[in-house]
Amino acid sequence: MTDAIATRGSMRRAALASPSFVAGAIVTVLFVGMAVLSFIWTPYDYAAQDIPNKLKGLTAAHWFGTDQYGRDVFSQILVGSRTSITVAFVAVTVGVGIGVPLGLWAAARNGSLLDEIIMRANDLIFAFPALLIAILITAVFGPGAVNAVIAIGIFNIPVFARLTRGAALSLWPRDFVLAARVAGKGKAEISVEHILPNILNTLVVQVTIQFSLGILAEAALAYVGLGAQPPTPSWGKMLADSQTLVSLAPHLAIIPGLAIVFTVLGLNLLGDGLRDIFDPQLRRSRR
Amino acid sequence: MSNYLAGRLVSLVLSLIVASIVIFLVMEVLPGDPAQFILGMNAQPDTLAALREQLGLNAPALARYFGWVLGMLHGDFGISYTYRVPVAELIVQRIGVSLPLAVISLALTVLIAFPAGVIAAARRGSRSDFAVMGITQFGVAVPNFWFAIILVWVFAVILHWFSAGGFAGWDKGLWTGLRSLVLPAIALALPQASILTRVMRSALLDTLSEDYIRSARAKGLSKGQALWRHAVRNALIPVLTIVGLQFAFLLAGAIIIENVFFLPGLGRLVFQAINQRDLIVVKSVVMLLVFAVIFVNFLVDLGYFAVDPRLRRRA
Repeated sequence: MTDAIATRGSMRRAALASPSFVAGAIVTVLFVGMAVLSFIWTPYDYAAQDIPNKLKGLTAAHWFGTDQYGRDVFSQILVGSRTSITVAFVAVTVGVGIGVPLGLWAAARNGSLLDEIIMRANDLIFAFPALLIAILITAVFGPGAVNAVIAIGIFNIPVFARLTRGAALSLWPRDFVLAARVAGKGKAEISVEHILPNILNTLVVQVTIQFSLGILAEAALAYVGLGAQPPTPSWGKMLADSQTLVSLAPHLAIIPGLAIVFTVLGLNLLGDGLRDIFDPQLRRSRR
Repeated sequence: MSNYLAGRLVSLVLSLIVASIVIFLVMEVLPGDPAQFILGMNAQPDTLAALREQLGLNAPALARYFGWVLGMLHGDFGISYTYRVPVAELIVQRIGVSLPLAVISLALTVLIAFPAGVIAAARRGSRSDFAVMGITQFGVAVPNFWFAIILVWVFAVILHWFSAGGFAGWDKGLWTGLRSLVLPAIALALPQASILTRVMRSALLDTLSEDYIRSARAKGLSKGQALWRHAVRNALIPVLTIVGLQFAFLLAGAIIIENVFFLPGLGRLVFQAINQRDLIVVKSVVMLLVFAVIFVNFLVDLGYFAVDPRLRRRA
């Protein structure tokens, strides 16, 4: 965080000058656009079976071919993007909603017992193999999109708590915080009014990263059959179904995989780009 | 030194205690009665009650918790409900797959990431740096199980170089066993190598901008000498942290890859045990994996101590 305040104009110039940001933003908008589009239009009904036309390759009628029941793969990809977005979005929201207040609270009472307890609890969550516990949670509460969200969201909490605490701690000794304290503001008020706005940039970058990790995690859970349940299509489930058919119809494995790769890649690039824009100093030292 | 070590040991033990309580509590709320599962839906109520008694399911929770923890400390992990053999025996069998898989993947990861990271950092802004960063950007975005499916398609289905899955076993010779682990290890290593390459590169870029590198160059060391003697060694601290985390991840996180390749490893054991409500297996293996993660992190902490003389002096 530099003291120089970037103007809107210089931010915009920096954004357009960052190839990562531009590429990432385009891919991310496309991805969200796909999900929105799927509500109003898909080339076919994603669940409609057409056995005579099963396992077709890429054709004009079926852009991404058909699966073992003759269902249109392109339609499934479109609808599947909804599942990915929703699960990742809610999981990130859980992480931000719980992790950020915890981090702010811990930083405001740095060194207290509360701080210690919050940070130790975070360490503990990090010690658990994330995917294994996610599988355990979905097994406890039953497979499905909602429980996948909880399982992924839990691991987002310590990420945001730790990040928030670290960033907030570096701001507490600053003059403007001191001024607010002298003015008689309480710790909670200062955290929300002065600390939070100043760490938003850092948080936004982390949100894009956790979002992409959420998409990967959702795909992994769906792959082992613990994500969204049929008939709701999801990219991970499509990959699981494709596995035994890979010699007959490799496109069934390649296409959903590419969808995941491009989405995650787009979000990561967006995160890199945002970091560059928010923190020009870091960019200079990185390159 | 002894203070530092004692502090780390206390926190190691505390973490393990809390972890065991958490795992035990999660298992308590897991729906489904193991006795019912073993005997099937048509079991007589009195047979069920007898089996519950025999499995120790009727004892109070606190007694069961201490029974479980004390048992593990003696190497007694309980008896699997479904396999009817001691869990310890299952673990020993499965570790014979999971541990070599994790070690091979980690070796691949380091072998790829180390040179790639050094080249990218040493030639910052060059075409090779650009290529390395581009490839790793893809590498971190690829789900390892998808990469695994593609590897199977290319190297097993089309080229017939490897089998598509299963584990041949170590008793048929080292090479036969290793062959079953090649594709899974590559699938696991690629995303990890991408992460580690980026860490290596940025750690090295940080050290390369330090004053002592300028001093080293000023006293006449060549660029390469300064890089290898000073920069790389100092960049190893953050790299070591990530390697430690990655080893723990590879040991526990291979669960999906083990499913892709039908490998009888620890991850697949837990996965199947969860579906079969074989709670004692789930509980004990998860605890073992958490122990592995916490212990590896502990070793990394000790590693800092060996690598960073400043820490030693402070202690």
